[in-house]
Amino acid sequence: MDGEADGSASVSEDNGRRRRVHGMLKLYYGLNEEGKAVEQPESLDPCDINGPHFDPEVYLNKLRRECSLAELMDQETCMVKQIRSLDSDMQTLVYENYNKFISATDTIRKMKNDFKKMEDEMDCLSANMAAITDFSARISGTLQDQHTQITKLSGVHTLLRKLQFLFELPARLNKCLELQAYSQAVSSHRRARCVLQQYSHLPSFKGIQDDCHAIMDKLAQELRQKFRDGGTSAKDLSECVELLLQLDEPAEELCDKFLSHARSRLESDLQGLEAEIRPYPSAVKDSSAQRPSSTAAAGSPADNSPNSSVLPSPTSNTDILEFIDRGCNEFVSSLCLVITSYQELFINHAQSGELASKNIPQMANGKLHAFVDDLAARYFSLVERRIQEEKSVGDNSLLVRALDRFHRRLQAVAKLLPGSDVPNKGTEIVVRAATERVKQYLSALQSFYMDSLTDVRQALATPRLSVAGGAVAGGGVHLGGAASGRDAPTSLPELLSSLSASILNQIKSVLASVHLFTAKDITFSNKPYFKGEFCSQGVRESLVVSFIKFVCQSSRQFCESAGDKGGSTPPALLLLLSRLCLDYETSTISYILTLTDEQFLAQHHSPVTPVTSLCTEAREAAQKLLNHYVKVQGLIISQMLRKSVETRDWVNTIEPRNVRAVMKRVVEDTTSIDVQVGLLYEEGVRKAHSSDSSKRTFSVYSSSRQQARYAASYTPSAPMDTNLLSNIHKLFSERIDIFSSVEFNKVSVMTGIIKISLKTFLECVRLRTFGRYGLQQIQVDCHYLQMYLWRFVSDENLVHFLLDEIVGSSAHRCLDPAPMEQSVIEVICERG
Amino acid sequence: MEDDAPVIYGLEFQARALTAQTAETDAIRFLVGTQSLKFDNQIHIIDFDDENNIINKNVLLHQAGEIWHIGASPADKAVLTTCYNKSESHCFLLSLAPFIASLLSLSAVSLVITLACDSRVVSCAAVWRMPSDWETGSHESPDDSAHNPQTLELLCHLDDSAHGSGCVVLWEPMGDGKRVISLADNHALLWDLQESSTQATVSSTATLEGKGQLKFTSGKWSPHHNCSQLATANDTSIRGWDLRTMSQIYCIENAHGQLVRDLDFNPNRQYYLASCGDDCKVKFWDVRNVQEPVKTLEEHSHWVWSVRYNHSHDQLVLTASSDSRLILSNMVSISSEPFGHLVDDDELSEGEDNHQDDKTKEPLKDSVVSTYEEHEDSVYAAEWSSADPWLFASLSYDGRLVINRVPRALKYRILL
Repeated sequence: MDGEADGSASVSEDNGRRRRVHGMLKLYYGLNEEGKAVEQPESLDPCDINGPHFDPEVYLNKLRRECSLAELMDQETCMVKQIRSLDSDMQTLVYENYNKFISATDTIRKMKNDFKKMEDEMDCLSANMAAITDFSARISGTLQDQHTQITKLSGVHTLLRKLQFLFELPARLNKCLELQAYSQAVSSHRRARCVLQQYSHLPSFKGIQDDCHAIMDKLAQELRQKFRDGGTSAKDLSECVELLLQLDEPAEELCDKFLSHARSRLESDLQGLEAEIRPYPSAVKDSSAQRPSSTAAAGSPADNSPNSSVLPSPTSNTDILEFIDRGCNEFVSSLCLVITSYQELFINHAQSGELASKNIPQMANGKLHAFVDDLAARYFSLVERRIQEEKSVGDNSLLVRALDRFHRRLQAVAKLLPGSDVPNKGTEIVVRAATERVKQYLSALQSFYMDSLTDVRQALATPRLSVAGGAVAGGGVHLGGAASGRDAPTSLPELLSSLSASILNQIKSVLASVHLFTAKDITFSNKPYFKGEFCSQGVRESLVVSFIKFVCQSSRQFCESAGDKGGSTPPALLLLLSRLCLDYETSTISYILTLTDEQFLAQHHSPVTPVTSLCTEAREAAQKLLNHYVKVQGLIISQMLRKSVETRDWVNTIEPRNVRAVMKRVVEDTTSIDVQVGLLYEEGVRKAHSSDSSKRTFSVYSSSRQQARYAASYTPSAPMDTNLLSNIHKLFSERIDIFSSVEFNKVSVMTGIIKISLKTFLECVRLRTFGRYGLQQIQVDCHYLQMYLWRFVSDENLVHFLLDEIVGSSAHRCLDPAPMEQSVIEVICERG
Repeated sequence: MEDDAPVIYGLEFQARALTAQTAETDAIRFLVGTQSLKFDNQIHIIDFDDENNIINKNVLLHQAGEIWHIGASPADKAVLTTCYNKSESHCFLLSLAPFIASLLSLSAVSLVITLACDSRVVSCAAVWRMPSDWETGSHESPDDSAHNPQTLELLCHLDDSAHGSGCVVLWEPMGDGKRVISLADNHALLWDLQESSTQATVSSTATLEGKGQLKFTSGKWSPHHNCSQLATANDTSIRGWDLRTMSQIYCIENAHGQLVRDLDFNPNRQYYLASCGDDCKVKFWDVRNVQEPVKTLEEHSHWVWSVRYNHSHDQLVLTASSDSRLILSNMVSISSEPFGHLVDDDELSEGEDNHQDDKTKEPLKDSVVSTYEEHEDSVYAAEWSSADPWLFASLSYDGRLVINRVPRALKYRILL
């Protein structure tokens, strides 16, 4: 034992010791308490008192060698204590085991006694059983004779009865024939037939057989006649067929006959339907005249629906619901009737009887399917033609209800004829009609949008006071009345809001219409197509997304088709559309799509266009439109400036007394553009300029700066300095992109327009040569522009820079550069 | 492969006119004409030493007036044409020119300027010959050249009083230097130069007729069809002319949204034409179908003033714009080598052959090769060197001439 275990043994309480002892015992018997016990390496140390290789001699020697006397004494007492405790543990265990052994012995002894008693009872039982068997055998032996006799007697009796039936048969059959109790006759004959067949070699039987045959032939003849007439009720007919079948008539022939009867009736229904499709009112009249004759020709009373009530009024075409109703009531219901009775006759019956063996059900079924498919195909083509006529996007509910009824009635056929693909085809028609409808709505939306734009264009073109009514009328599609009565909106924001509101309304109403297709009470709405693809692909993608894309696309076309000449598109429309697209980007698109997704809870199987990509598209369109707007407006002003520079003889001009009119025009136009843009776009951020940068301070600032510049540039001896100065100036100013993209705010738009205009001015000035007064005129003009243009741009230094460039360039291009006094310039400009 | 830095040369005056010396095929040489109303104008002959990256300049005086356009004879190195403006006051100044030149650093000019009055600006065109010893003079003392510049020798005026003022003079491309066309207002005049260019006679004229005041803004003599075609620009239209009959052969109406500024013919594809204008676009046309441009580039942010095809590799197109940028584009798809350079098989070993295959699988796309932003002011002219196909110069209004090279990576891609 090692020291540690040793210590714990001496100190630990009883419980702990016991467990340890158990552990050691287990170890002794080779039981592993836990997995880790195995892992303990078996100590090879002969000095390990717990190890298997323990050698007392060595251990003792080691102790003696290593320990002092006191330690040895301690060791000894400790060991003695341990040995004692081990002994007591062993005794306890032996005692426990002994008790258990004694109780087991008692139990075994008790069981032995019980078994002996049971053995005796079993012996008694087997003896009794043997006696019973014996008795029963004796009883059956005595009754044997009487039993055989009785059997024989009863056999004779039945035979006699049968013979009597046979002899009476011809008379009975005749009587049945007289009474027209065909079924009884057939069943009697059937019963006798095989017996007669068997004994036909006996002359008496032969006679009976011949008689019967003759009678039955007659009977069959009568039945056939009855069947051929077709005038009998369905029940009679079916009975007739049943009997004929039993008389071994060829089933195929019967099927054909039956179906051809049915066909003539159904076809008359179809003709009636077809007559209604004629789109012209005259044709309707025709059809109403034609129909009675056609039904008469068919000559069947099956046309039991009250025709007169369904007759279309001669003045108007029947609407689709009426049409479908009629189709359902006449054609589909008679078709169902035919199917039921046919199945009753040829399939269900045959299956139960012996005819089943002749494969009649399969044959009959095949014929029925072909028949139904053929007629249904014709019916469907009629329905489809009718649906296609449904062009106006007015009331969708009528169409949906009609389709629903159409689909619902086909379910009956599906139930009757499980294998038929008629309902599938019907569903296909519904699906096609739905997709067609979505397409129509899309084109209606598109044309509505274009109409609205035309109206906006007109509203923009007409002078404000005399605006004709109905600017953003509903486009005449189907919300027509909404906006038409109102006064036409005149200002841009009003136009914008009414445009976007009317588009949104239109989209909403279209969505509501389309939503009818997926309403809960519509039978086809739970078809997988309408649950999934119709919602995601049909409505969301090809209706809503396509429309949004169309809006962006058409907006972009305004930038391209108009060309660069300014084109036919009024700039205000560009601005309006740009704002519209931007609004779409910020809110409308996500609103519309959320609306769509909410209304059409589609399980998104197929990937759909994400909102973000649409938004990007809209934003791009907005950006493009705004850029184009800037370009167009810039161009208009540039053209004015260019013409004014190019057409003047700058060398020989008089001393400037006024600002040139064109400059005033430029400022006026810029101001009106500013107002226009301000109506739709926010102000935007300017680079910080002092809040009091009024005209006064500005002009002082600029004059001092210009003065310095002129002083340098007109020192005639220093051409290098001029270049140097302007180069240094350019070094510190950023490069200006003239036709660059603008941001969505007023300041940025105005900056763009002014940049384009001034740069044009600069380039034109550089191509001309100036006299003294030419230069002075430019000075005056530039100062005037400076006075008014700074307020429009984001960074007034830009205007300063460009105007400085213009004046500088014209000074360079001047033959006699004598600049005007700044104070004089100011006076001229202030005079206006 | 690092590309060499651009070389920049500054002129004292503003300048618009730039040309390569067409007849010179050994040295890289450009001619620049200055625009100054107050001082004597100059023609700077810029020699570029490719190996040492050094510019040598020589200055010739052009006392007639400020130069708007310059053209070098394709046959004689020393002969050139200029279009210039002269004004009455300027003429007066011209008589004092030597005096001014000597007093450049003084402020004596103000005296002269006050004398100028009642001015009139006339635009003219003339053929000049450079003095034969300009080169030797400059080599002796390059610093002196500005001090004591030599003057151009006037060969003849290309003036015909009946036909307004000239704006552009075009030499017959690859010709013998005997024929030039000048565009004046709405007339195109074909001149024959005789007796070593000292006499010019108008051999035929073409007139643009139409409503309003029409004026040619630019033109280009086609190097194809035996040099029998001319293309001109006026306002937004481009017109083609047959020089034998002097009649119009095609017209691209509304070629650009705004003014057309410049034209250039593809040197290798006879029907292809590039144009640029105030709508910031560069358009490429097939003159057999004038309805639609073949290709449009919209890289510049302001008017494009010049477009130039590289003389040997027509996929490289240079455009200069008043947004102070020069853009080199690689228009492979409409070049004469749309699938890259065709290499003879026997020129390549097996390994290289495979390499070549890899390359041809991914044809180069049309792209902007690079944008050069060394200019601070509007760039009005750009020209390829006639000696080195990989080198070009551009000139901005502030008188800065920048010489650049095609990036090496692209050069090797085109060559290999």
